[in-house]
Amino acid sequence: MSVLEIKNLQVSVVTDAGNKEILRGVDITIKSGETHAIMGPNGSGKSTLAYSIAGHPKYMITGGSVTLDGADVLEMSVDERAKAGLFLAMQYPVEVPGVSVSNFLRTAVTAIRGEAPKVRTWVGEVKAAMASLNMDTAFSERNVNEGFSGGEKKRHEILQMELLKPKIAILDETDSGLDVDALRIVSEGVNRVKANSELGVMLITHYTRILRYIKPDFVHVFANGKIVEEGGPELADKLEEKGYAEYITA
Amino acid sequence: MSALTTNYLTPSGREEAWRFTPLKRLAGLHDISVDIADRISISNRDSLPAGVKLTNPLSTDFPPAYESNDVVTNRIRKAVQKISLLTIDNDLELAEPIFLARKAGSSAELSRVVIQAGINSKATVVIENNGVGEIGEEIEISLATGASLNFISLQEWDRSAVHIGQHHAIIGKDAQFTSYVVSIGGSVVRISPTVEFTGSGAFADLYGIYFATDGQHLEHRIHVDHSVPNAKSRVNYKGALAGNAAHTVWIGDVYIHKGADGTDTYELNRNLLLTEGARADSVPNLEIETGEIVGAGHASTTGRFDDEQLFYLQSRGIPSDIARRLVIRGFFSEIVTKLKSEELEERLMGRIDAELAKVGE
Ligand SMILES: Nc1ncnc2c1ncn2[C@@H]1O[C@H](COP(=O)(O)OP(=O)(O)O)[C@@H](O)[C@H]1O
Ligand SMILES: [Mg+2]
Repeated sequence: MSVLEIKNLQVSVVTDAGNKEILRGVDITIKSGETHAIMGPNGSGKSTLAYSIAGHPKYMITGGSVTLDGADVLEMSVDERAKAGLFLAMQYPVEVPGVSVSNFLRTAVTAIRGEAPKVRTWVGEVKAAMASLNMDTAFSERNVNEGFSGGEKKRHEILQMELLKPKIAILDETDSGLDVDALRIVSEGVNRVKANSELGVMLITHYTRILRYIKPDFVHVFANGKIVEEGGPELADKLEEKGYAEYITA
Repeated sequence: MSALTTNYLTPSGREEAWRFTPLKRLAGLHDISVDIADRISISNRDSLPAGVKLTNPLSTDFPPAYESNDVVTNRIRKAVQKISLLTIDNDLELAEPIFLARKAGSSAELSRVVIQAGINSKATVVIENNGVGEIGEEIEISLATGASLNFISLQEWDRSAVHIGQHHAIIGKDAQFTSYVVSIGGSVVRISPTVEFTGSGAFADLYGIYFATDGQHLEHRIHVDHSVPNAKSRVNYKGALAGNAAHTVWIGDVYIHKGADGTDTYELNRNLLLTEGARADSVPNLEIETGEIVGAGHASTTGRFDDEQLFYLQSRGIPSDIARRLVIRGFFSEIVTKLKSEELEERLMGRIDAELAKVGE
C-alpha cells in the first residue's frame, strides 16, 4: 500500500524571460489501487504538475511538498524518484537517437530492479508485454521514439510502465493523438497493470473520452494552476456536457 | 594543377590549410628547418594471410601516384628512403581484418605507407596508433578495378602524441573504398583523408569519429575529388567535445569537376558539445562545375547535449552517468555499427566511454 501526497505545491517554470508562476497550491493524495482523473483546459498547468513530480529541471518548486510513503520526493534526483516507484508517461516522449528500445528497456529495468534481468525470462517478458500492446517485435530494434507515430510513442510509454512496475503512475494525456483502436489498446494496457498490481494512477486528460475505458474513482478539475473542483466519476459527465467554461471565467 | 611554389615552405599559420592548427605543438613536423629522420614503424600485429604481403622497398621504386600540396606529405616524400608496402592479391577475399600496428620511436619521424588492393579483392586493413610518438605520415592507398577495401585508422595515442597524416585513396573503376578515421587520443591529430576516382562506378564512403577532451586538438580535413563520371561519395564525421580548450576542426571539401557527370555526393558533420570551453570548427565546402549530377549536398551541425534526452532516461530510473553514456553511445552508434565487427565496435565504444568518464573529473 503506497501513498503519494501532494500538499500546497507551488511551481514556477524557468524561462529565458524569467520565472513564471504556474502551480498555485495543488493538493491531491493518491493511494495504491486508486485512479484519479485530472481534467483541465490546455495551459492550466497539468503537465507542469506531472513534470514537477518527476523532477524535470525546468520546473522550480517554490512551495509545498510531495511525499511518497512519507519520503520526500522533492529531495530525490530524477532517477531516484523512478526507483522509489514513480512513473511518468509523457505527453511528448523524447527521441533518443542511436539507442535501441531493447537496450533502453533493459537498462531501465536493470536500474529499477537493482540487477540485470535474467536473459531467458526477460526476452519472454518483453515479447509478451509488446504482444499485448499490439506492438511488432521489430520495434525492439528501433531507436527510442525515433520516427514513432503518435500511437507508437504512447504504446511504448505504457510498455515501459508494464515492465518497470511502478507504485504510482502519472499518465499525461496518454490519450491525445490516439485513434479509437489505439486508445482501446493503451487503456487495456493500463487496466491490465492495475489488475495485476496495486498501481495508483493519476490520469491527466483534456477529454473525457479515455474515461470510458479507464474508470476513475475520483475526478479533479484543474484550472489556472490549481484544483478547482473535485468529485466522483459523475463530475466527468458534467464536464463532458458543459466543458471548462465556468472554471476558466471563475 | 599549377606548380605549387609554397609546397616546401614552412607554414606560418596564416595559410588557409593551417589556420586552425596549433603549429607550436607540432614538434617541427611542419617545419622544414627541423631535421626529422624517416623510420619504418609499421608492422603486422598477427601473421599475414596468404596473398597479403608487407615489405619495405625503396621509395624510389614507388614514386607517389598523385600530387599533394600538403607540406608535410611533400617533405615525407623527400626524406623517406624506404616505405612500408602492403599488397593484397587480385581476387583475394578476406573475412578477417589485417591489423597493422604503429610503433613510433622516441623522436619525431616521417613515414610513408603504400597500400595496394588488387583487382576484385575484398579486405579490411586496420592501422592501430598507440603509445607516444610524433609522426608525419603519408598513406597512399590504391584500389584496382572492382576492389573493395575498408581502411580503418585508429588514433588511440597517449595524450602527448602528435600525428600529422595524409591518407590518399585512388579508387579504380567499380571499386569501393570505405574509410573510418577514429581520433580519440593524442595531443594534436591532424589527418587529411583525400580521395580521387580514376574509373566510373567507384564509391567512397568516408566515416569519422572523434572525441576531444581538455586541450586536445583533433583536426580532419576531407577532400573528395570527382573528376570522372558516375562516381559516388558519402562523408559522415561525428565528434564529441568536452573540457577546456578541447578543439576540433572538420573541413569537408568536395569538388565536382567538368565532365564528372552523374556524380552523387553528400557530406555531413555533426558535433556535440558536452561542456563549456570546447570549440568545434566545421567547414563544409562544395564546388560544382557540371550541372549533370545525380545529387550533391552537405550539412553541418554543432549542438549542445540534449537535457531532455537525459531527463527522459533518468525518469526511467537510469542514473545520470549511465544515461549520458547511453546518449553518447547513441550519437556515435550510427557510424560505429557500420564497422560490422563486434570486436571493433566494443573496442571503440569502450574508448568513448573512457573519454566520457574523464569529463567532469
Ligand atoms: N518551458 C516553458 N516556458 C514558458 N512557459 C511554459 C513552459 N512550460 C509551461 N509553460 C506555461 O505554463 C502553463 C502551463 O503549461 P502546461 O503545464 O503545459 O499546461 P497543460 O499541460 O495543462 O496544457 C502554460 O501557460 C504554458 O505556456
Ligand atoms: Mg500538457
